[in-house]
Amino acid sequence: MPRRRGNTTISPQGTPNRRNTELALLVFAVLLPILAYANVGLAMDSRLPAGMLGYGLGMGSLALVAHLLVRRFAPYADPLMLPIATLLNGLGVVMIWRLDKAGRLLSGNFPAARNQLMWSALGITLFIGVMVFLKDHRVLQRYTYISMVAALVLLAAPAFFPARAEDFGAKIWIRMGSFSIQPGEFAKIVLTVFFAGYLMVKRDALALASRRFMGLYLPRGRDLGPIIVIWLLSLLILVFENDLGTSFLFFGLFVVMLYVATERTSWILFGLLMSVGGAAAVATTTSHVKVRIDAWLDPMAAFSPHPPKGATEQIGQSLMALGSGGVTGSGLGQGRSWLINFAAKSDFILGSFGEELGLTGLMAIFLLYALLVQRGLRTALAARDPFGKLFAVGLSSAMALQVFVVAGGVTGLIPLTGMTMPFLAQGGSSVVANWALVAILLKISDSARRPGVVPAPATEGQGGSAR
Amino acid sequence: MNKPIRRISIFCLVLILALMVRANWVQGVQADALATNKNNKRQLYDRYAHPRGNIIAGGQPVTSSDFVNGVRFKYKTSWVDGPMWAPVTGFSTLGQSSGLEALEDGVLSGSDDRLFFRNTLDMLTGEPKKGGDVVTTINPKVQKAAWDAMNGKKGAVVALDPKTGAILALVSAPSYDPGTISGYDNDATKAWNDLNADPNKPLDNRALKYTYPPGSTFKLVTATAAFENGMFQSIDDATSTPDPYTLPGTQTTLKNESPNERCENATVKAGMDQSCNTVFAKIGADLGKDKMRAQAEKFGFNSTIDTPVRAEKSVFPNSASLDGTAQDSIGQHDTRATPLQVAMVSAAIANNGSLMQPYLVDQERSASLTTLSKHTEKQFSQAMSPATAQKMQDLMVSVVQDGTGKNAQIPGVQVGGKTGTAQHGENNSGLPYAWFTSWAKTPDGQSVAVAVVVEDGSDNRDGISGGRLAAPIAKAVMQAALGK
Repeated sequence: MPRRRGNTTISPQGTPNRRNTELALLVFAVLLPILAYANVGLAMDSRLPAGMLGYGLGMGSLALVAHLLVRRFAPYADPLMLPIATLLNGLGVVMIWRLDKAGRLLSGNFPAARNQLMWSALGITLFIGVMVFLKDHRVLQRYTYISMVAALVLLAAPAFFPARAEDFGAKIWIRMGSFSIQPGEFAKIVLTVFFAGYLMVKRDALALASRRFMGLYLPRGRDLGPIIVIWLLSLLILVFENDLGTSFLFFGLFVVMLYVATERTSWILFGLLMSVGGAAAVATTTSHVKVRIDAWLDPMAAFSPHPPKGATEQIGQSLMALGSGGVTGSGLGQGRSWLINFAAKSDFILGSFGEELGLTGLMAIFLLYALLVQRGLRTALAARDPFGKLFAVGLSSAMALQVFVVAGGVTGLIPLTGMTMPFLAQGGSSVVANWALVAILLKISDSARRPGVVPAPATEGQGGSAR
Repeated sequence: MNKPIRRISIFCLVLILALMVRANWVQGVQADALATNKNNKRQLYDRYAHPRGNIIAGGQPVTSSDFVNGVRFKYKTSWVDGPMWAPVTGFSTLGQSSGLEALEDGVLSGSDDRLFFRNTLDMLTGEPKKGGDVVTTINPKVQKAAWDAMNGKKGAVVALDPKTGAILALVSAPSYDPGTISGYDNDATKAWNDLNADPNKPLDNRALKYTYPPGSTFKLVTATAAFENGMFQSIDDATSTPDPYTLPGTQTTLKNESPNERCENATVKAGMDQSCNTVFAKIGADLGKDKMRAQAEKFGFNSTIDTPVRAEKSVFPNSASLDGTAQDSIGQHDTRATPLQVAMVSAAIANNGSLMQPYLVDQERSASLTTLSKHTEKQFSQAMSPATAQKMQDLMVSVVQDGTGKNAQIPGVQVGGKTGTAQHGENNSGLPYAWFTSWAKTPDGQSVAVAVVVEDGSDNRDGISGGRLAAPIAKAVMQAALGK
């Protein structure tokens, strides 16, 4: 099934497994956050933080265990992804800890670094679990329709939980007492499984069985059905849960995967038209969305003596944090990004990084994400099975879209949507889900780069029973 | 499927590139505008991230920058004897400041352009940034004497060096401790709100910002105008004044303060000694509005005086009628003067007619004691001829020797003064203000000029007079200034 053109596709045969490269990078990825941790301690308290050795060893040994299991269970996996995830996660924890120290200045705040560390450990455990128990990513293909149901349940669930004032209108959490998860992050992966499984089966029908109309290939109704359903669903999520980011992410994800599966440019056009239409309709009817757009157009309006209704000063604060950071930044622990208020370590953590590490640091972080995404897409190119290709494309572009949506919102490029920066931001669900995402990508890359052909296990999807 | 994957790769790259371009735009191009945005509180916190410079009087700092190491603010300014120094220094709180703290903020906070080289050098050598100092002209002994002499009364004291214009004391009472509002906590906010709500207005600088009717102290200006315009040749020349005096063009008669005063056709000296309203109202009316205004303006009326703290403009009005001018000429009606202005009148007389520009800041200097600026003395005007000045000095000495200002006598020192009891309020219903302005000279050439005003000095009308309430304060200030 995978078409190989020798001059452009990465040839998996004879590739060195690069595990030692990974180990070397991993040492760097562990050392850097530890140094950053020391830096914050020195800047804020003029001494090295207590427990530096303990945290360093803990983080180091977690990374080491993850690495050893990759060595054992995915020996040919891409060497960059684990170090990048470790580095981002580690830097995120340091920044959250640094903002915890300024906690007295943040309203409605709680110490979060310890939680984040715990969730990170849980994330790495899940990563290890995927390494050990997911023998072959193609197994997931069997769960195409179960995934669809699971994704819908996950997405719909928050609507049944009461909204809280401090969430700024977004209903994207499931809460049980003090425990809360953000199901959208997990739905991202589960939905990608469904998309990849469904499209792998339907791709020929979608690509070929269509009528030509005004230069465009229009698909048949029964093939078009699912995209309409997904589109409406994403708008419903947007309307009921006030979650722009997730609906945009899922819709974008679907269009990208559809395009890759069918190789039809017309899908992109459809997708764009529908998303613009949907967004325009929602923007004019929902006050929540309108407020976000107003805040994007005039971030400083919230500071005026008579701020518009529902105005938040966070975007303005974030821009001022970025501006004050300038090119070189104020230095870790020496900025005042807590002025962005509690979101300084969740949605707006990039603003905190931008202030303390400056443009230089921000560019480095963007490059890390770019590398992570491009390694994922490279994996997609190299993958030998269409499901793996689609799955890898989906996961990688989901990551890219999420980074774009969050960072674009924080820097004022696009309206704010309230998602979290993968790995960096405070938030258990996000960290755990993204570790799982990286684990799956690693497994796909392992099978893609593995020398010799591995026979695919029998799956329901391939048998055509999905029709 | 690889072709669309490559395109998606490019698309993802474009997304990240867009973010990078945006980050460069925000953190590179717009950075300065955002960093200096008025809503960016970092600027405020930056100012308190390093020690602020001090305001210095008599070689000693009256403010100090204390390391409190708060999370928002690292340093906090405190005051030594805050209430006494507040009229000199002003205050500096979050978002608001006044007086020297406001005007000299650039030097004190270290953001002044003249400190740029020093700051850059410090940054390179790892020295912590520190604001520069402002050296005032205030003599702490005089300031303390004035503050103590006021002793809780409401009013103001200004002392000048007549030869240079240096302000030696600047007291306004009731006052406040700027240290209590320099913090960033709830206490500071509460103190700030309390001060603003206080009916006695302790935050107001009465010495510079309040204009009072100068009352009889203004007769010095009127007498000067009379001599300068040749109306009299000597202080013993008789005036042809009826008692009571009917204001020109009206049926209103002007009386003197008490029936004991012998003001009818009194000499200039006798009129001054007894502070005869009739004598000086008639002189003013006879000279006319224009000549009176010209003389008042030579003393600084109707001008903006920046010390650099700006004083409220003192006013000699452009009265529509002659009876108004007559009343203006005895410091009533629409004439208004700041305590500083009244001190300037005495200073000009003491300095042989030459009025020096009053100033409060002698030097600005960096934390490393490099001088950034030094005041050079300037003449404000030649308010009168030296001959007139001599006559005026004789008149004022006479007031202290034989007249209403006896309470200001200092043994072994030549003292000249003038009392004032200024009516104010609707139909003069308010308790009058007690004024005293004076100068003193020692044989070795030291001199000082003082103005004192006391509001609400007594519960009843009869208890209030400039000689009784204000002259002892002026005396204490002059003694401190001359070391007697």
